[in-house]
Amino acid sequence: MDSSRLPLRKAPGSGSAAARLRAVWPPLLVLAAMLLVWEAAVRLSSVEAWLVPAPSAIVQDAWDARERLAEHTVATLRLTLLGFAGGTAAGFGLAALLHLLPFVRSGVYPLLVLSQNVPLIALGPLLVVWFGFGLLPKLLLVMLVCFFPVCVAMLGGLRGGEPALERYMRMIGAGRWRRFISLELPGSITHLFSGLKLAASYSVTGAVVAEWIGSEKGLGIFMLLSSKGFKTSLVFAGVAIVVTLSLLLFAAVTEAERLTVRWRPRKEGTE
Amino acid sequence: MSVLEITGLRKSFLQDAGRTEVLGGVDLVVGEGEFVSLLGPSGSGKSTLLSLIGGLEGPDAGELRIAGELAGSRPGPAAYMPQQAALLPWRTVQGNIELALRIAGREKAEARRLAEEGLQRLGLERYARAYPHVLSGGMQQRISFLRALLSPQPLMLLDEPFGALDALTRQEMQQWLLSLWEQDRRSVLFVTHSIEEALMLSDRILVLSTPPATIVRELQVPFPRPRSEKLWSEPRFGELKAELYAALRSEH
Repeated sequence: MDSSRLPLRKAPGSGSAAARLRAVWPPLLVLAAMLLVWEAAVRLSSVEAWLVPAPSAIVQDAWDARERLAEHTVATLRLTLLGFAGGTAAGFGLAALLHLLPFVRSGVYPLLVLSQNVPLIALGPLLVVWFGFGLLPKLLLVMLVCFFPVCVAMLGGLRGGEPALERYMRMIGAGRWRRFISLELPGSITHLFSGLKLAASYSVTGAVVAEWIGSEKGLGIFMLLSSKGFKTSLVFAGVAIVVTLSLLLFAAVTEAERLTVRWRPRKEGTE
Repeated sequence: MSVLEITGLRKSFLQDAGRTEVLGGVDLVVGEGEFVSLLGPSGSGKSTLLSLIGGLEGPDAGELRIAGELAGSRPGPAAYMPQQAALLPWRTVQGNIELALRIAGREKAEARRLAEEGLQRLGLERYARAYPHVLSGGMQQRISFLRALLSPQPLMLLDEPFGALDALTRQEMQQWLLSLWEQDRRSVLFVTHSIEEALMLSDRILVLSTPPATIVRELQVPFPRPRSEKLWSEPRFGELKAELYAALRSEH
């Protein structure tokens, strides 16, 4: 038997293209139906366009404003990606450091878990007071939002290794650093990705809120100004782009996980 | 020179009610190229003994020497095969073997070459690139044994390696291990609670008492090598089995 013919299990989230298509079209159909009902309802009723614009009107207005929209989208995307990268890197780094310093960990970990309940976005105005209206306070806010889920998930993953593997590694003489690199780090990869997925979902929201607080560019400020000018269709367009960015980032993380985790995860269906 | 020499080994642990003595003065020796089985009721401190040999913990009293060196003076003094195969799920079969050899101090290229050769010699090369989860329990234990066999340490510790397998696979694995071991006799300390397994494989059997554990019985296995499954039907095999069973029984 050739190893390529072994019944290798598929990584989670994968599946044949046909199976994926079968899973995708029912919700798409529902979405399309909802849009149709929306369009019909707006046309048949006398609701004002500034209150609820029809989907077709949203598309038309968005197309007319495409250059401005693109500019703001790029600004938001840049803020999101920078914050995501910085925040997750910091979360990963701190988790690794705390894991290697058990005494510090025992003091910090409970606080980290508690801090998940802090509405970080409420810190925005404070960051503006401290760091002004430049990129820095906005970046810090997005980083904060991405930092915590990754850090907490990693700390759990680094701790949650299998005792039998740990004992084996120690019996054959693997030192602390070797166990960290070869056992604990790879063992926590599925946890890392569940943290990254949370961070991906939060990061776009974080960026939009950061732009509300103070910004010249970005979808956040664009939506705010459009709403003040009663250009409701452009607010809707902004929302649609924000949702799309969120989904794309999430999909990118999921795909990265599929490519990285080629072995079966220890516990199936973690989060 | 004996590969493993243990004298007057004592170890106790703090438990809620106070100190529990697990090992109460264990003496044992494993000679060069000797296969010694340690037979004991469950909870008789077998895994504590292995932890002490591996240097994971220090003894309260007594001395352990592996190839003359005190236990704990060097990490990973013995090759080790645990009850669960303990293969890293994110490494291929070959990657797992290579890692163990690297930890034991082999160079990267050397580790790769040894792993490849070993897999080939045992006819397992088709699994080299497979991840452990696609392998059956028996196959995982074969890889785990090969990994220990290729490790350069003078002593092999086998910790109930077939304990988690079904009866049929278990017998198959015993014969497989027997034939491999008889080819290049390494020094082995084999922990088991199966009397037949100990009789089939060992040169010498030591019976451990309940805690605080000591060696209560020592038995030289008289069967010549190479051995085969035919041993099961020999009257002497049955007699020794009954004898060991009685020794274990009195310890319960």
